[in-house]
Amino acid sequence: MPNRIDARFSALKAQDRAAFVAYVMAGDPDAATALEILRGLPAAGADIIELGFPFSDPMAEGVPIQRAAQRALKGGMRMKGVLELVRAFRQGDAETPVILMGYLNNLEAYGHAAFARDAAEAGADGLIVVDCPPEEADPLADALDAEGLALIRLATPTTDDARLEVVARRTSGFVYYVSVAGVTGTKEADADIVAPAVARVREATGLPVAVGFGIRTPERAAAIAKVADAAVIGSALVDEIAGALTDGTPAAARVLALAKRLADAVHGARVSETVG
Amino acid sequence: MTVPLKPNDYSAYPDAQGRFGAFGGRYVAETLMPLVLQLGDAYAAAKVDPAFQAELRGYLTHYVGRPSPLYFAERLTAHFGGAKIYFKREELNHTGAHKINNCMGQILLAMRMGKTRIIAETGAGQHGVATATVCARFGLPCIIYMGAVDVERQKPNVFRMNLLGAEVRPVHSGASTLKDAMNEAMRDWVGNVEDTYYIIGSAAGPHPYPEMVRDFQAVIGTETRAQMLEAEGRLPDVVVACVGGGSNAIGMFHPFLNDEGVRLIGVEASGHGVHTDKHAATLTAGRPGVLHGARSYLLQDEDGQVLEAHSISAGLDYPGVGPEHSFLFDVGRAQYISCTDDEALAAFQLCAELEGIIPALESAHAIAKLGDLARDIGKGGIIALCLSGRGDKDIFTVADVLGRSI
Repeated sequence: MPNRIDARFSALKAQDRAAFVAYVMAGDPDAATALEILRGLPAAGADIIELGFPFSDPMAEGVPIQRAAQRALKGGMRMKGVLELVRAFRQGDAETPVILMGYLNNLEAYGHAAFARDAAEAGADGLIVVDCPPEEADPLADALDAEGLALIRLATPTTDDARLEVVARRTSGFVYYVSVAGVTGTKEADADIVAPAVARVREATGLPVAVGFGIRTPERAAAIAKVADAAVIGSALVDEIAGALTDGTPAAARVLALAKRLADAVHGARVSETVG
Repeated sequence: MTVPLKPNDYSAYPDAQGRFGAFGGRYVAETLMPLVLQLGDAYAAAKVDPAFQAELRGYLTHYVGRPSPLYFAERLTAHFGGAKIYFKREELNHTGAHKINNCMGQILLAMRMGKTRIIAETGAGQHGVATATVCARFGLPCIIYMGAVDVERQKPNVFRMNLLGAEVRPVHSGASTLKDAMNEAMRDWVGNVEDTYYIIGSAAGPHPYPEMVRDFQAVIGTETRAQMLEAEGRLPDVVVACVGGGSNAIGMFHPFLNDEGVRLIGVEASGHGVHTDKHAATLTAGRPGVLHGARSYLLQDEDGQVLEAHSISAGLDYPGVGPEHSFLFDVGRAQYISCTDDEALAAFQLCAELEGIIPALESAHAIAKLGDLARDIGKGGIIALCLSGRGDKDIFTVADVLGRSI
């Protein structure tokens, strides 16, 4: 199986540009629209896709992603359906990495080994599990290793150097740096504070570092793209779906239009620095 | 499923990883992980510090009003015609429930750790009131997260919290009850890691909370054990308590864990019945999962989505249960039975009429099982029940169900 994550970061590094990671929720607001969004994201400029699987009690999410999960669950999204979306996306795209992101209890219910097997077979590349710290991750890590899926860890402003060693253990693909102490979509990431943190995580893990949790605008995405290997944007994208449902505009088109603006900002960040 | 081996010492848990057998642990977001580890270290130090324990004992005696009496419920005993029934009177504590035992311990720990802002979740409002009370006593700002539905059905407690200077923040996500309040408190904590201490009210959450809450509540069982030996010259045959998250029950049970002749019985809320989708009988009808930082039994669907619980009692309206109860259930040291809304309502009225004690609806769930237990054990037997709280807060709910306007 090709390692799409490593291949993607290598290619981007050769071009000296950061990755734009787009987070969307599987099944938000329904499976068909979510698939339309997924299929449109690479053309809009997404280098990596994070596909959230909805949980009833998303403790680390702010209101936008909480609501996205509620819309998806109300629309009938199930774990099997999440993997169906990945499979359908993969039929038309063999290269864009897809990372599944969510909470442990859904994986517990599915069974770690069964989920790893089905996720790999569907064409997923890795997993981020918000409420599964390294101390509790061995059973999951064993199952993912057996299928060649990456377990992507989170580092945060509260992660000191000693803890970083724990975080780095059994991780692969990239490290997700949570740029603010808080839930998703609330506070704003400050590139000046994030820069040394990213360098520290990169140094400790030897892996690319993606930054997320506090980026909503193209300007901020560009600022982060100058100092990190990837910028992750989620809440702003799923808010487009909420907006579309309110005013009756087409949800997929709105999400993809914002994704395009964000991708352009991320991709142009280092270029404009060189020129200007 | 394999049957777990019987432990040599039931009270030796949790282990260093915060596990009670297969349950417990620390399933929190990475942002919180360093805080949870620090809290574990701080509590471990306080637990063995005689000065900390002496300070706590002083407040429990002079502020909370401990020890609470162990009372022989003579007329209920005569009514059922079986075993002698004793009530451990936790409803006589300051603020009217057992919750303050834990709040007092945790706020002393919070101050010891230099924290300056307190948050908590609450269901019925008893834990919120107890938290607001200790915050007022020690002059710390207090924010209470409470499901919007619970804010509506427990208005007297919301007003009490306000009088005590706490800010009550209604939570509108999910079913707007206790589980959602706990999610929101966790979100607050993630965003305020420097100065904030989260006082969890139940024996749930990530390690060290289940151990810490149990230790602070174990004063209930420790006193009961000594008082029973003094009153009857022997231990009770049965110890019974209601179980939502399970803090009063684990506090009552724990000092009896290695007295294997003492049967431990937890009573869960089965709402409209465990065969319906409106109940909160987690151990009776759930299966293991991970929520709010711990592995424990959980009401959930096949996909692992957590189900909404239901109980007439807001304090039992929770789809999870503390991990130590899951452990005691699996190894068979404690039995868990259930009680419907209707049974609890009848027991609420019976206790008021026969003993002159209006119990909390939570405690009424345990009282409802006394008849069967007393007849089962028979004359000559002894039952000790944890009367975890008083029912003043519930009179509006009960009047409403009985069709009376007050």
